[in-house]
Amino acid sequence: MALLEINDLRAEVDGKEILKGINLKLDAGHVHAIMGPNGSGKSTLSYVLSGRDGYEVTGGEVLLDGENLLGMSPEERACKGVFLGFQYPVEIPGVPGTTFLKTAVNAVRRYRGESEFDAMQFVKFVRAKAKEFNVSEDMLKRAVNSGFSGGEKKRNEILQMAVLEPRIAILDETDSGLDVDALKLVADGINEMRSPDRAILMITHYQRLLDYVVPDLIHVLFEGQIVKSGPKELALELEKEGYFQFFETAA
Amino acid sequence: MPDGTIAKLPLLEGYESLVPDLVGAGIDWVDGLRREGLARFGELGMPGPRVEAWKYTNLKWIERTEFASGVAVSQPELEALPPGGLEIDAIRLVLVNGRLRPSCSDCDSLPAGVSVIALHNAVVDGLDGLERRISEMACGHDMPMLALNAAYLQDGVVIEIADGVVVEKPIHLIFVSLAKDDPVAFHPRNLITLGAGSAATIYESHVCVGGASYLSNGAASIRLEEEAVLRHRKLQNESAKAYHVSAVAVTLGTRANYENYTLHIGGRLARNEIHATLEGRGANCSLYGAYVGQGQQHIDTTTFVDHAVPECTSREVYKGALDHNARGVFQGKILVRKNAQKTDGHQLNKALLLSEGAEIDAKPELEIYADDVKCSHGATAGELDEEQLFYLRSRGVPEAEARGLLVTAFLEESLEVIREEDCRDTFREIISNWLAERCEQREA
Repeated sequence: MALLEINDLRAEVDGKEILKGINLKLDAGHVHAIMGPNGSGKSTLSYVLSGRDGYEVTGGEVLLDGENLLGMSPEERACKGVFLGFQYPVEIPGVPGTTFLKTAVNAVRRYRGESEFDAMQFVKFVRAKAKEFNVSEDMLKRAVNSGFSGGEKKRNEILQMAVLEPRIAILDETDSGLDVDALKLVADGINEMRSPDRAILMITHYQRLLDYVVPDLIHVLFEGQIVKSGPKELALELEKEGYFQFFETAA
Repeated sequence: MPDGTIAKLPLLEGYESLVPDLVGAGIDWVDGLRREGLARFGELGMPGPRVEAWKYTNLKWIERTEFASGVAVSQPELEALPPGGLEIDAIRLVLVNGRLRPSCSDCDSLPAGVSVIALHNAVVDGLDGLERRISEMACGHDMPMLALNAAYLQDGVVIEIADGVVVEKPIHLIFVSLAKDDPVAFHPRNLITLGAGSAATIYESHVCVGGASYLSNGAASIRLEEEAVLRHRKLQNESAKAYHVSAVAVTLGTRANYENYTLHIGGRLARNEIHATLEGRGANCSLYGAYVGQGQQHIDTTTFVDHAVPECTSREVYKGALDHNARGVFQGKILVRKNAQKTDGHQLNKALLLSEGAEIDAKPELEIYADDVKCSHGATAGELDEEQLFYLRSRGVPEAEARGLLVTAFLEESLEVIREEDCRDTFREIISNWLAERCEQREA
């Protein structure tokens, strides 16, 4: 059984159909990339998978370990093991980073029937993870993402993924807005998270990230459908020729 | 009595027969003050929409409630202090229905330079300067409840801190309202004076016992002499049948520093009114607070900051979170008089509306007659940020808990004025407990 299985997924935003029947199978231990031009439905797909309000599913199913995610609240999906790495991580002034992480980790542990961390246990746990994923003590103390640079925000996303240990990580344009050094740090973090028990779905515009995190398969999303899938060389081809070929086909 | 109908109000029931028994009856200035208060209240009536300063807070609908006068009824026994107050290590002064209870208070172990005396005794003993201190809290303009407080002048506490005395241990005024069977009204008047160069921290907890309704109509006059520092923090945590009206007049001398933090979490209706007069150069006044309301609660914060002389600073930050049909009112006025050059005054009220039925009425005002000043005001009202909410939920945080985190974060800014970490934590914890209870109610 695939870890994640998307069957004929259709979704609308404000009455306009954005996803027009998506099919995708992702096995544990695998990394897939979704590429596509602006407006093809990449971010919509990530939000539909994570359960954001305002994205109405009109058909199809999304199975995580055989269980349909659609109809679950975002928090329930997170507890089941869905993680969304945001393209634009949200700043939350007034909520200290550690408070946020502790609340999230304990909510997930509670759901999974594990004992919650007390303050001491948590500090120990999060410090070790932060060190491993290049997040400074200072970043942990500050309010969530507040005043963070682009690179810090993305590293913070990876840290959240690391502490929540998801089954499936959906990373929405994790490479956007990063210079090459920041990109490399983030890519190292993603590679660190690769595991036989986990699948990763990377959504990206550019082939750049895929130099560092090499996917098992690449899908091209175009006008709400996956129009082509192929090995990593597909990214190079897209980089060279762009998405024109699909526009032509569509026309 | 200009208007015969006012005497018939249940609130004034038996007033005429009560007056001869009140403290200081027969002393000219005391009689005069009470008479003037009654007459003024008679002219203005119970506050309601027709009085501009009470446009959004209507007390008319309690004017028919038969409140027994707290000064007339025998003082009830207090078995134990009710929960809900601030838990801090402090010099404790307990007032029950406005009257100081020496038996529950630390009156005998006051630090040197600190004097505490019940207002009642101060009147009987003819405390030096009492008449002046009481009379300077004018009840001239639209303050009917202050006038009513004067009419019933009887209880309260007089605190004096001598010149140069730095009181290390905070003073904690615990106001216990006791209304077991029948509605009670009481009108404490407190006088706090800090001598030149003195410093103190005064906490107030307002809590109650019993299930009956009551009107706590307090007034306080606070004077800070040159370079005095007062950190004044108030927690109002009363029952859903409590009507809490409070008027505080603060006068700041040269380079004096007054900080007020008020947290309102409970009560049917509350009006916290603060008038600060900066009358010495270089004085600094900070008024901060947070209010959280649910059900039918009505919470009014009214401030008036009078920059009377040059080079003074004032800061105001109030933050409110309102759920269900709760209603918040913020009226803030900064007056900069003609010669008050180099004034630096800022005021901010932000309200978070957590449900469709919640409402905030904000009326910020600047009135500036000087030409070299830095002044600003702002008022906002909004809902929780959906993006932030989704972000938290996408990390596994249940919706109610996520909302709680965001509301706490929103209110956090009001706590900035409290510099001591432990005290800030005390207030922060009260806020989070309130939110946690709210979550449980919502889930139930």
